[in-house]
Amino acid sequence: MNEPWGPHDLGGQKGGPVDLAEHDTAYWEWQIDAMIRLSLKKGLISDFAELRDGVEQLTQDDYDRCSYYERWAKSLAHTLVSRGVVSDEQLTKQIESVRRRQEAGA
Amino acid sequence: MNAPLFDVGQRVRIHDRTPPVHHRVPNYVKGQVGTVERVCGMHGEPEKFIRGDGNPRQRIYRIKIQQENLWQEYQGSARDCLEVEIFEHWLEAAK
Amino acid sequence: MTDHDHDHEHEHDHSRTFQADHAEPTSDGARIGLALRELLIEAGHYTAEEEQTVIAAMQGASPRDGGKIAARAWVDAEYKKRLLDNGAAAIRELGYEIEPYEFTVMENDSSTHNIIVCTLCSCYPRSLLGMSPAWYKSSTYRARVVREPRTVLTEFGVKLTNDIDVRVHDSTAELRYMVLPERPIGTEDWSEAKLAALITRDSLIGTQRELVLP
Repeated sequence: MNEPWGPHDLGGQKGGPVDLAEHDTAYWEWQIDAMIRLSLKKGLISDFAELRDGVEQLTQDDYDRCSYYERWAKSLAHTLVSRGVVSDEQLTKQIESVRRRQEAGA
Repeated sequence: MNAPLFDVGQRVRIHDRTPPVHHRVPNYVKGQVGTVERVCGMHGEPEKFIRGDGNPRQRIYRIKIQQENLWQEYQGSARDCLEVEIFEHWLEAAK
Repeated sequence: MTDHDHDHEHEHDHSRTFQADHAEPTSDGARIGLALRELLIEAGHYTAEEEQTVIAAMQGASPRDGGKIAARAWVDAEYKKRLLDNGAAAIRELGYEIEPYEFTVMENDSSTHNIIVCTLCSCYPRSLLGMSPAWYKSSTYRARVVREPRTVLTEFGVKLTNDIDVRVHDSTAELRYMVLPERPIGTEDWSEAKLAALITRDSLIGTQRELVLP
């Protein structure tokens, strides 16, 4: 085994038993998946490689703490901000708006 | 159409390097020798894409590696193997 | 292990069970995703209707599709040859498309067991087989199955003697895989539909070897 070059490069590492529990895909996760497919389809990103790259650049801590769809969401956000499709300010404001609505309504 | 550099059954080594960009070669196969199980098609090479070198198509090969070569304490049959898909520029002929 | 299919419409209670690393929509990551989605829709990059269409298509795919492909290969030897030789072209005959990936089918037999993983990121032919299982995406499966496949298989209830070779396929590039399970004995005169119903998601990934006859 060689040094992993990113938090994703974990083939061959040791680990505990595989958790076999089944889990429904939450609706917000389907929405992230759809957003990724539509971003590709609409040319907001040109290649899936950009998203994989974004996930691979997460810190080890972020990678471990985040679930599968959270990682893709973070990667897509980073990629679209870098590409200027959305701005950091817009995203920050919108995240705050989502948080307020969830805490009030949900 | 680019002719394949390697043939089915040929022994090849996977380069042992770590470029500082996105690349689809897992750590545990770098530097390993295997045989070409299958010559696959041409696909956009992600490393070059991420570097901004466009999305040139390059051939992929399926490489079969014996598990007992990969892991010191491998538990299983001597015939067990691990197969990965590797882009052509990561491969070189091996004896 | 799972000798019942648990991944599509189930009749039981729909309260969600979230795994330890599986987030509520109130997590940071989920909020980033939801916020981004709202911005993209607001800016007109896509519509809620387009989103619905994509989600419906994804939810429509399931291991039943893999089952149909496998059953066809069992009953039609020539089709099986085409499927093993060029999976993408063969599934197109049945109306399935997995472009731009190379769909690659690995056949189990009495002396071979195949198992699929994507160690780098969990690649899976989702548009063909439906959503991948949570365990397939887990760090533990991805890390361990390449190194100790036989041990991981016992955790799934699959015990293999050494006269069966284990082939682990790490989906590292543009190929997407499906295992063609071995056709069970005693199904010689079964219809394709009856055969297809035997096939489970886990048998198509390789964490199940024996198919259960009703």
